[in-house]
Amino acid sequence: MENLIALLIGAPLLGAAVLLCGGRRLDRSGHWLGTLLAAASFVIALALFADMLGKSADDRAMFQRLYTWIPVEGFRADMAFQLDQLSMTFVLLITGVGTLIHIYSIGYMEHDERRRRFFGYLNLFVAAMLLLVLADNYLLLYFGWEGVGLASYLLIGFWQHKPTAATAAKKAFLVNRVGDMGLSIAIMIMFTTFGTFTFGPVLAETGQASEGKLTAIGLMLLLAACGKSAQVPLQSWLGDAMEGPTPVSALIHAATMVTAGVYLIVRSADIFNAAPDAQLVVTVVGAVTLLFGAIVGCAKDDIKKALAGSTMSQIGYMILAAGLGPIGYVFAIMHLVTHGFFKAGLFLGAGSVMHGMNDEVDMRRYGGLRKYMPVTFVTFGLGYLAIIGFPGLSGFFSKDKIIEAAFAKGGTEGWILGSVTLLGAAITAYYMTRVMLMTFFGEKRWQPDENGEPPHPHESPKSMTIPMVLLAVGSVAAGAYFEFAGFVEWLEPVTGFAHGHSPLSAAAVTTATVAVMVIGVGLAYLQYGRKPVPVVAPRGSLLTRAARRDLLQDDFNHAVFVTGGTHLTRSLVYVDHTLVDGVVNGTAAAVGGLSGRLRKLQNGYVRSYAVSMFGGTAVLIAATLLMRAV
Amino acid sequence: MSTSAVAPSVHSLWTTAAGPLEKIPAPHIEYTQLSPVLIVIGAAIVSVLVEAFVPRKGRYHSQVFLSVLALAAAFAAVVGLAAGGYGSTKAHIAAMGAIAVDGPALFLQGTILLASIVAIFTFAERRLDPADHGHKVDSFAAEAAAVPGSEQERAAVKAGFTTTEVFPLALFAIAGMLVFPAANDLLTLFVALEVFSLPLYLLCAVARRKRLMSQEAAVKYFLLGAFSSAFLLFGIALLYGYAGSVSYATIARVVDGSIGSVDPALADTMGNDALLLIGFAMVLMGLLFKVGAVPFHMWTPDVYQGAPTPVTGFMAAATKVAAFGALLRLLYVVLPGLTWDWRPVMWGVAVVTMLGGAIVAITQTDIKRLLAYSSIAHAGFLLAGVIAATPSGISSVLFYLGAYSFVTIGAFAVVTLVRDAGGEATHLSKWAGLGRRSPLVAAVFAVFLLAFAGIPLTSGFSGKFAVFKAAADGGAGALVVVGVIASAIAAFFYIRVIVLMFFSEPKADGPTVAVPSALTSITITAGVVVTLVLGVAPQYFLDLANQASVFVR
Repeated sequence: MENLIALLIGAPLLGAAVLLCGGRRLDRSGHWLGTLLAAASFVIALALFADMLGKSADDRAMFQRLYTWIPVEGFRADMAFQLDQLSMTFVLLITGVGTLIHIYSIGYMEHDERRRRFFGYLNLFVAAMLLLVLADNYLLLYFGWEGVGLASYLLIGFWQHKPTAATAAKKAFLVNRVGDMGLSIAIMIMFTTFGTFTFGPVLAETGQASEGKLTAIGLMLLLAACGKSAQVPLQSWLGDAMEGPTPVSALIHAATMVTAGVYLIVRSADIFNAAPDAQLVVTVVGAVTLLFGAIVGCAKDDIKKALAGSTMSQIGYMILAAGLGPIGYVFAIMHLVTHGFFKAGLFLGAGSVMHGMNDEVDMRRYGGLRKYMPVTFVTFGLGYLAIIGFPGLSGFFSKDKIIEAAFAKGGTEGWILGSVTLLGAAITAYYMTRVMLMTFFGEKRWQPDENGEPPHPHESPKSMTIPMVLLAVGSVAAGAYFEFAGFVEWLEPVTGFAHGHSPLSAAAVTTATVAVMVIGVGLAYLQYGRKPVPVVAPRGSLLTRAARRDLLQDDFNHAVFVTGGTHLTRSLVYVDHTLVDGVVNGTAAAVGGLSGRLRKLQNGYVRSYAVSMFGGTAVLIAATLLMRAV
Repeated sequence: MSTSAVAPSVHSLWTTAAGPLEKIPAPHIEYTQLSPVLIVIGAAIVSVLVEAFVPRKGRYHSQVFLSVLALAAAFAAVVGLAAGGYGSTKAHIAAMGAIAVDGPALFLQGTILLASIVAIFTFAERRLDPADHGHKVDSFAAEAAAVPGSEQERAAVKAGFTTTEVFPLALFAIAGMLVFPAANDLLTLFVALEVFSLPLYLLCAVARRKRLMSQEAAVKYFLLGAFSSAFLLFGIALLYGYAGSVSYATIARVVDGSIGSVDPALADTMGNDALLLIGFAMVLMGLLFKVGAVPFHMWTPDVYQGAPTPVTGFMAAATKVAAFGALLRLLYVVLPGLTWDWRPVMWGVAVVTMLGGAIVAITQTDIKRLLAYSSIAHAGFLLAGVIAATPSGISSVLFYLGAYSFVTIGAFAVVTLVRDAGGEATHLSKWAGLGRRSPLVAAVFAVFLLAFAGIPLTSGFSGKFAVFKAAADGGAGALVVVGVIASAIAAFFYIRVIVLMFFSEPKADGPTVAVPSALTSITITAGVVVTLVLGVAPQYFLDLANQASVFVR
């Protein structure tokens, strides 16, 4: 069976190669080919999953080694894969949600003349993401990591004719470079410490390394995770990334790629377990981001940006859980999967709404859409209930566990983290209810588009609604399924698991969670359900205005890094021009001047030449005698 | 009284002479081992006879045929000797101690012969200029003895005279060059020097275009050459005074003190270190003049510029090989006991040669003068290898000489192609935009320039790397630093020519590129092939040079 692992990656990779190199003759059939190959990968994943379930819990990991990728003496990396329960979970999520989004894109991108290329990029992304989660060593993981970064860049900027999209792509790429630098440094430290970067040996030998080194590796891995998963302080690119086509936002910037940071931390569990300081920083980053994203989500009027804030916030939950150690790893992944379902569903729903509303994204110009788009309304609504943690739906199970684990961290930290997660749950309920009410309820606030065309909202085609329905099923049922089918036991052999000792009972936490959710929903209802929503956004409080500007993240980056960087480069350029060039040009001028002078010695007269030779001989003789004398 | 006192002694002289003569032993000559030299000298003599007796019409073809045949046969003889082990196990000193047959000698003779063959091709090129009065013309004057611009010259041109004497002259010069690095006593060294120098002086004088410049160059070369020969000869006399012998082996043994006084007549001078040091410095000066080291280089630019370009290429390549060979043998065989005396002096010479050549080249505006200064700088790089005073120093210099000679002949062959109404267009400004007009020729020249600059994948890099490595290993690290700086300076003017050729607008009245016959094409192709092969896969040739790096003593 393990020989099938390479095929998982191979199928979408083949699709990418064919679609990107195949040329125009594939324009009419390319999307089918891309979808088919993504689906093929999903089928293989299912087969491997079934095989894995048939084995005993400790014997489920599979390995496949293709060839030695980098054969430099001592510095060796294999093109080799590792498929264990953690990877399997990701593979199913990536190929499953990926296939659904391929299907959705057939309808969504129908009128785009570069659809073939779009599917090529999507396949490339799936292949790279699978490589990321299947790699058996950090260097190969890094390859996949960069691969998804590339795919993300290409897809965010897919509508490159829009300057905003091109800029957003560049921004995402640049911010991610910072994180990627962290990953490469982590791998370098790993190599110098352990002499290898294969997961097995590295993670088995963490006991051999000093805690300082492990903390360094952990912090660098965290930096990488922050870049890829849009965590504070590298979060600024995610909002702009919504410039990409909506299926891209659903697949890459909600369900899969942005969760790669969580994968990285959970995969490196042994390193973090041995580096408590790094773990603490991880939880802090998670906690800050979950509030940051939630607050931003409250203020955005652009439906996709509101959802992007929400994504950031939910990944904050996962990172926080991953920072809790063995009591949190399983729940981080569980929330990751349920989030994959409901957030992808929400994005597809948002795409469906935009599709029916002339690509309008401002929620203040929506309203009352539930009658016009019933399927979208219902699926979106189920996703909404899932994310706010409505009892029984998937978000309820996964988020509740994280909140419980946060309290179980113990001590003051536990109380702080637990309170933050509860607060986050309240805000989540608030902003999601806001989105729901502004979009589907209330009076119509539709505005004609720039061509003066009033919108004619309509339900989307089957190719779009079917994936939404399937994802809605996942949003509803995944949590309960995991809870009762034993997700903890499934992942435990890989990530380890420990029961925390919460100061609050499980029932108390659940009650509190539901209570804050109700408060959040109620507040939003008071503000957006009872009162009409103005089409033009009111000025708002200072916090609202700041949140609309993403809590001034770009202003901060601009002031500190852009301006600072500009000054730095200017001064370096100045030094280069005056000092370095001065020395270089000065030397050149000096040599040139010397050349011009020496040239005059060559005057063409034999007598001068003879004198020179005579003098030279005299010096030669004198020097020889002098050498003997000293 | 006085007459009566003298008379008997005169008489006794007479009677001694009139008595029965002692039998003079016939010198023992190893004809086989000396065959490369003998073949070339024999061919040179036949070549003179050809000039004398073959009708004018047939001379060109006979001479070209004879020269190439002789050089090829001599090269075959060198290969045969090397294969027969004369370069290693059977190395010995032939001709009564006059000529060494050993690895370095055979390697250098082989290099000289190969370089000479391709150089002779450029001598024989007759397609570059249009026919004059219906006669094909080469690079040489119709009648060298005719005063430039005179009626006699015009008549000679009209009659279709050609200076086919260049072939016997070249053959004599080559014969001298073959002996020069193999000479194992100071007198043979001197004779070989004169044998190859005198024909070169003449060859410099016979350019067909710019004849006055050519003659001026020849006179300068001759005067300065004679001047340096005088120093050399005086140095030889002093060394004889010191050691009582001109044989390398004997001098070496006197230097390291293993034999004391030999000749009672020289008891006063023998072992006098002042004689040794002064004599050594003067002999050294004579050799440094030939390799073109600063401050004995002044002739180089003027002569390189004035001489007919095929002669320049030949001279720049073959003379340098021969002279460095002689220099190596002198320093490694005669004066190993004096290493601590000559190394500091040679350090100084190498430094000023590398820097001087590279720096003055920057402001040159004539391509031939540029290449002349470039050759000075390269002499400096070679001296760095010589100074290593290790076997790898010898082999690296041997390799460098082989690589350098082909690049040089190739580069000067390209210079012969770029022409305007006045003959070769050697002013750099005329080369602007050559890459647009004749991409192939410009690209080939660029390859040669990159090799001169020592850019990787060319023979220049392999060679320079070898000599610098040898120098560094031999404890001359500082010299290598100077060498690298000089290389950087030199790279400037090489690359500048490339930029000029490819990135400047061609001039409206720019030169044309002549389409050569197969002869020059072979020369240039050989240059490019050797340059790239020695740059990409130098190991075989480095090994060859390594095996050939032991001097017989």
